[in-house]
Amino acid sequence: MTTPGPAQQQRAAPEPSSQAKRGRRRRGAGRDGDPVVPEVSFSSYYGRPVVKASPWAADIPAYLFLGGVAAGSSLLGAGADLTDRPTLRRTSRIGALAAVTLSFVALVHDLGRPARFVNMMRVAKLTSPMSVGTWILTMYGPGAGLAGAAELSGLMPRPVRSLIEALARPAGIAAATVAPALASYTAVLLADTATPAWHDAHRELPFVFAGSAAAAAAGLGLIGATTADAGPARRMAVLGALGELAAERRMESSMGLSAETMHMATAGRLMRASRTLTVAGAAGAALVAARSRVGAALSGVALLAGSACTRFAIFEAGQASARDPKYTVVPQRERLDRRP
Amino acid sequence: MAECHPVGFQWVMEAKARGAKIIHIDPRFTRTSAVADMHVPLRAGSDIAFLGGIVNYILENEKWFPEYVSAYTNADVILREDFVDTDDLDGVFSGYDPETGHYDTTSWQYEGVDETEPSGEVKAPSGGQDEDDGSRKERGAGHEMGGHGASLPHSDVQRDETLQHPRCVFQVLKRHYARYTPEMVSRTCGVPVEAFLRVCEEVTANSGRERTTCWVYSVGWTHHSVGVQYIRGSAIIQLLLGNMGRPGGGILALRGHASIQGSTDIPTLFNLLPGYLPMPKVGEHDSLDDYVDTITSPSQKGFWADARKFTVSLLKAYWGDAANAENDYRYGYLPRLTGDHGTYATVMAMLADEVEGYFLIGQNPAVGSAHGKMQRLGMSHLKWLVVRDLNMIESATFWKDGPEIETGELRTEDIGTEVFFMPAASHVEKDGTFTQTQRMLQWHHKAIEPPGDCRSDLHFFFHLGRKLRARLAADDLDRDRPLRDLTWDYPVDAHGDPSADAVLQEINGRHLSGEKAGQTLNSYLEMADDGSTSGGCWIYTGVYADGINQSKRRKPGRDQSWVAPEWGWAWPLNRRILYNRASADPDGKPWSERKAYVWWDEEQRKWTGHDVPDFEPTKPPSYRSEPGTGGIAGLDGDDPFIMQADGKAWLFAPAGLLDGPLPAHYEPAESPVRNPFYRQQASPAREVFPRKDNLQNPSPPEPASDVFPFVFTTYRLTEHHTAGGMSRWVALLSELQPEFFCEISPELARLRGLEHLGWATIVTARTAIEARVLVTDRVVALNVGGRTLHQIGLPYHWGVGKSALVSGDSANDLFGVTLDPNVHIQESKVASCDIQPGRRPSGPALLRFVEEYRSRAGITIETGNQQRTGIQSDTVPAVSTVPADSIVPADSTLPDDDTFTER
Amino acid sequence: MGSQLSGPDPHVAKNSGWHEPPPRKGFFTDTSICIGCKACEVACKEWNGIPDDGFNLLGSSYDNTGALGASTWRHVAFIEQPRRLGEQELAFEGMPLGPPASDALNEAGDAALSGDRSLLGTDNTKVQLGMPSFNLPGAASGLETRTDFRWLMSSDVCKHCTHAACLDVCPTGSLMRTEFGTVVVQDDICNGCGYCVPACPFGVIDRRIGDRDTVKNVGIAQKCTLCYDRIGAGQTPACAQACPTQSIQFGDVDELRVRAQERVETLHANGVSDARLYGENPHDGIGGAGAMFLLLDEPEVYGLPPDPIVTTHDLPVMWKQAGLAALSLLAGAAAAFVGRSR
Repeated sequence: MTTPGPAQQQRAAPEPSSQAKRGRRRRGAGRDGDPVVPEVSFSSYYGRPVVKASPWAADIPAYLFLGGVAAGSSLLGAGADLTDRPTLRRTSRIGALAAVTLSFVALVHDLGRPARFVNMMRVAKLTSPMSVGTWILTMYGPGAGLAGAAELSGLMPRPVRSLIEALARPAGIAAATVAPALASYTAVLLADTATPAWHDAHRELPFVFAGSAAAAAAGLGLIGATTADAGPARRMAVLGALGELAAERRMESSMGLSAETMHMATAGRLMRASRTLTVAGAAGAALVAARSRVGAALSGVALLAGSACTRFAIFEAGQASARDPKYTVVPQRERLDRRP
Repeated sequence: MAECHPVGFQWVMEAKARGAKIIHIDPRFTRTSAVADMHVPLRAGSDIAFLGGIVNYILENEKWFPEYVSAYTNADVILREDFVDTDDLDGVFSGYDPETGHYDTTSWQYEGVDETEPSGEVKAPSGGQDEDDGSRKERGAGHEMGGHGASLPHSDVQRDETLQHPRCVFQVLKRHYARYTPEMVSRTCGVPVEAFLRVCEEVTANSGRERTTCWVYSVGWTHHSVGVQYIRGSAIIQLLLGNMGRPGGGILALRGHASIQGSTDIPTLFNLLPGYLPMPKVGEHDSLDDYVDTITSPSQKGFWADARKFTVSLLKAYWGDAANAENDYRYGYLPRLTGDHGTYATVMAMLADEVEGYFLIGQNPAVGSAHGKMQRLGMSHLKWLVVRDLNMIESATFWKDGPEIETGELRTEDIGTEVFFMPAASHVEKDGTFTQTQRMLQWHHKAIEPPGDCRSDLHFFFHLGRKLRARLAADDLDRDRPLRDLTWDYPVDAHGDPSADAVLQEINGRHLSGEKAGQTLNSYLEMADDGSTSGGCWIYTGVYADGINQSKRRKPGRDQSWVAPEWGWAWPLNRRILYNRASADPDGKPWSERKAYVWWDEEQRKWTGHDVPDFEPTKPPSYRSEPGTGGIAGLDGDDPFIMQADGKAWLFAPAGLLDGPLPAHYEPAESPVRNPFYRQQASPAREVFPRKDNLQNPSPPEPASDVFPFVFTTYRLTEHHTAGGMSRWVALLSELQPEFFCEISPELARLRGLEHLGWATIVTARTAIEARVLVTDRVVALNVGGRTLHQIGLPYHWGVGKSALVSGDSANDLFGVTLDPNVHIQESKVASCDIQPGRRPSGPALLRFVEEYRSRAGITIETGNQQRTGIQSDTVPAVSTVPADSIVPADSTLPDDDTFTER
Repeated sequence: MGSQLSGPDPHVAKNSGWHEPPPRKGFFTDTSICIGCKACEVACKEWNGIPDDGFNLLGSSYDNTGALGASTWRHVAFIEQPRRLGEQELAFEGMPLGPPASDALNEAGDAALSGDRSLLGTDNTKVQLGMPSFNLPGAASGLETRTDFRWLMSSDVCKHCTHAACLDVCPTGSLMRTEFGTVVVQDDICNGCGYCVPACPFGVIDRRIGDRDTVKNVGIAQKCTLCYDRIGAGQTPACAQACPTQSIQFGDVDELRVRAQERVETLHANGVSDARLYGENPHDGIGGAGAMFLLLDEPEVYGLPPDPIVTTHDLPVMWKQAGLAALSLLAGAAAAFVGRSR
């Protein structure tokens, strides 16, 4: 090391700057090469988050997705049962059972102390969507389980089999009545937080999730049911997809600043993927699925993937909106400034 | 203060809430500045110029407190004709010997105080090198004045009440500081004139009959080659403004740790006995009479004249019945000084293999002392080393993981030092007292038993003494008598811990005979020189008055007067403000109702007030002593400074200081700045050590001083304690300041290309260290005489080792050893350096890196180690061997090219 | 659960089922007299047995613990600004100074973590923050030279909201309202669902991360308890006890509110026009805080939300919307089966 020559002095020369606002951090989107959103000026404490991002990992978006699949499938299953569509019924009932089981696993796995899951049963709180959800699951689970089990009853000893088959229909209908709640409560689970992107979406998110659930379950039906039985699945696919896309559009226009997180980084990529897949899946369901079994299956896969992408996109958008103080500070500051 | 004494700072905040104005004068912007009413950054090491400037402002604008000054100070005393001031001698006072670097202070004496009368003993120190003079120098040194002023033969001096006599102190003062104008202050300190004048206005406006101002300082003032003169500077201001001995006034010394005050009262200093009695010297203090006669003079005024009583009582406390009049109270048992045995002298003796063993008691010199390398190398020469500390500090592990192991200067297998680590009990694990800066003793109780093998210091030394005495009992040798005759009979508890309470009683002292035999003394006035009393430290006498441990008192402030005399106990005699007789005018009336504190009650014919009067209780203001009367009786009714040889406060110090009777601005030993006041660059009387292992950076007018163009200062952070022994092993403190860093201004960051949170290398003639960079607006670049001067701040808490939770290079390794001659304190608050981006080289490469700097700066043993400069400076040959292009570019140091002054 | 979801609630403890509860307790943190000694942080950790948050130089002035979190229940913020504090006098004029660095550093502080907030024990996922780099301090500022400066310090803590989202969303009842009106986690009940973490509008509570073998309560939500154990025994919370300048004051919330009002008026009278209260207003979005503050700048400068509204304020709407969504799903499903049987 020697004393600095001109080079170093050069390096140390000051850079001109546009703004001189105190403690401002000018950081729009634009990192990670995403579309640049206009810059906002605001104060923060060394750029640190104001609110904390949820400590949740992939378990939770997976749970949201699987819960949706289960809910939609129970509806399809019950309908198929009543309208005598055996392949659709079987696919949906088994799908519901599998999905709800996996979702339960995901939920427990995410806990800091999984062994203490039972503590969820200590209370029932309307102010806690997670508590409400626990009880919804508790009411939904047995029915879905029984109905699903009935489809597998071939593996069971005769007396059990007949009993289960006898109970299958009422159980399936019971599950179907709870199912819509299971599909939409998860939206409140996210919205009832200080995470900007989630809370800002609280009006439309339930509809996005309901539509997403319908589309996903329909997708599953399309994969498993014969074209003959899959009529309702095709119609539900279109309805669900349209519902989800419409609700999303509304949601983004009403969210405000945090909406931009839906277009940024991981969330942005997932959201674009979800749109493409859902549209493709719905189109396939409407145009191809009735004629081609393969086309139906492909549409189904697209719908399922689209639904999963939706859930992960919204989860990621929320996490990103929490980690950047901009989405907490700017809207609140504007709200304050509007106040007399 | 908020930074290093946050708990005490609560009272400053309370004062602020009640309207007090807080002015913070400090090179850096600290936690104190953050809440102060005014912050004035100045160049480290320029304080005397700043203080002298205030003195000049006071005198020029007639802001002094006339009645106070003429009644209570030596302003009117006439000096000898042969006294010559710095202005006429190129920056030295009369009596300077360029050969020895010492002053013969005779010419500083008062007119008429002839050194041959009446005791024939020159009280003021004189220069010279021979052992006798050397030890007299010791005696004159300031660190012996903790409990009293320097002595004078007598006090009938010539005065001019009108203060007009050209040779009276007041006029000398005026002339001496005439050149300390606001412009000169600004040029020297880098403080804008307006800011300096604002301070002057505030301080003077807030002083007088109705108001008082107090000054608070800490080691930022003492760790200098002229530290004592810093304090003298503020003393002169306070005396001119009448702020001494009055409520809200004074000069508050914030000590570096809990009870550092206590460890000077009951000294850990080599040249003091308890209560600031000087340590006897070989050759001149052979008998008790010699000793007493030379440390005081019967014809001088004040309580110090009773030194014999204090000494005999101390000897009785040491040797009890073995001490009696026939054997001089075993005065002969006391060891004798043969010269300077201060810390740095001892370390150099270690390097010369003259020291076998060393005790480190709660001290971490490998990190906390200046020139860490010299400290560590010194300890590597010891036969044995005892370290008593809470944690395995660097001073106990330097032999295996110190910096010199990394550079290869030391090899573990070559080090013969046997290190004994004795884990120590913390203050919550033992009984005892803390003595804080107000001289107040506060008792602390053992809350829990010390863990494992941890023991209190008291436990350690008591049992060490016990074992030694047992060993010596066998063979009955005279040389062992001092140890064997000691009173060593403290009661111990179940854990073998001696009773701290019993020790405090011994310190307080007892009546040994008469009807009061066995009772504790209530006051040092009860001490006798006939062996009928004992007392381990006369100034502490009264802490056990009436057989009660007064330091245990904890009466809440709300339940007593605002002086709170029943909280703890303050020496002397529970006086909370020293010299408080000065809070009343010469007639004994308060200077003002607002500032009434202690006054003369005419009806009761005694002194009374809120505090214990620091004066003879019944001596009326009108009392005048017979001329020539010495001792307490010699004090007049208007002599408030009762420990001073003439009862007056000294604006001008005719004795007691070795480096000048008045503070004059000298540059630090290492400074990139030429002394604007005198051709003499640094203090001509500073103690220098021209040795290969103590090289100094060149300072102007020496050539190549611009190789080290920056000033650095060291300090503490709230989060850590000094060298880290109490904090770097504690996770919850270490996480708060985990790494060694340097604080620099954005201006310096640009100049040197230093990046926030990047690394920087700071280098001096001793070594180079690395630190993370914190760029902050709290550090400013200064305009010093038209040149932009950059300062670097370095907290000194970290050290190199593997035992602590957090470690790092040690800032104190950057310093060399240059001392204040009065107190042998090192200059470790300011020096010059260079700073470069990036980490330092490691291993042997580090030595080469530093060597390259030395050769570029042309450093020799003489560099920076000449005491007298200026005169010779013109003829100093250019020793620089630096090729021009490798010298620091001028634009980093000169204003005309400066990046910012251009604007 | 029964109590309202927003607005003032003078009987917060009573409405949580306590009979004759004592007066509501809380903090008033007067940052104008905070000297940043961090005694509160240390005393809190000592008393509550909280582990360190790791040894990381953050370059955020003297703040090296970063933020409130599972293992930092009191956090002292340090803010350096090119602004003047009230009528404080500085000697900067006439000094050879360039533009301030504070702006750039205030912006860039989080980059010291290089996106890894687990260093603060607050977030175990790495995020790409894309912060400005640290070089060329002052680059962010257009000022020619710096003349003003102030150093703000503030000890942050859980607000113990009147309407506490963390408590409301807790599915196990682990978070509870004490008789003192404070909000406390019951370590033995919390199952670490983590819901309270995103629910808190102040980012106070967090799930502790770390090595389960060496650190206690890993995986469990942790935050300030207002020293429930101490105040239960008539003691002062550790932080307030340790604060040397009475910047942290503990007491009855109603009384503290009055004290805060008086203090802010005094400061305004003394020319500190920046002084403002935070969290003292029962009509704010959280029904008023149990821990209120006197700040010298906008809340966001201290890392506080400028206008927090408890998320449960919108919960009725959310449930309504969820219900409608559920019905539409049911209807949609039914519709799918209507029509042609094959």
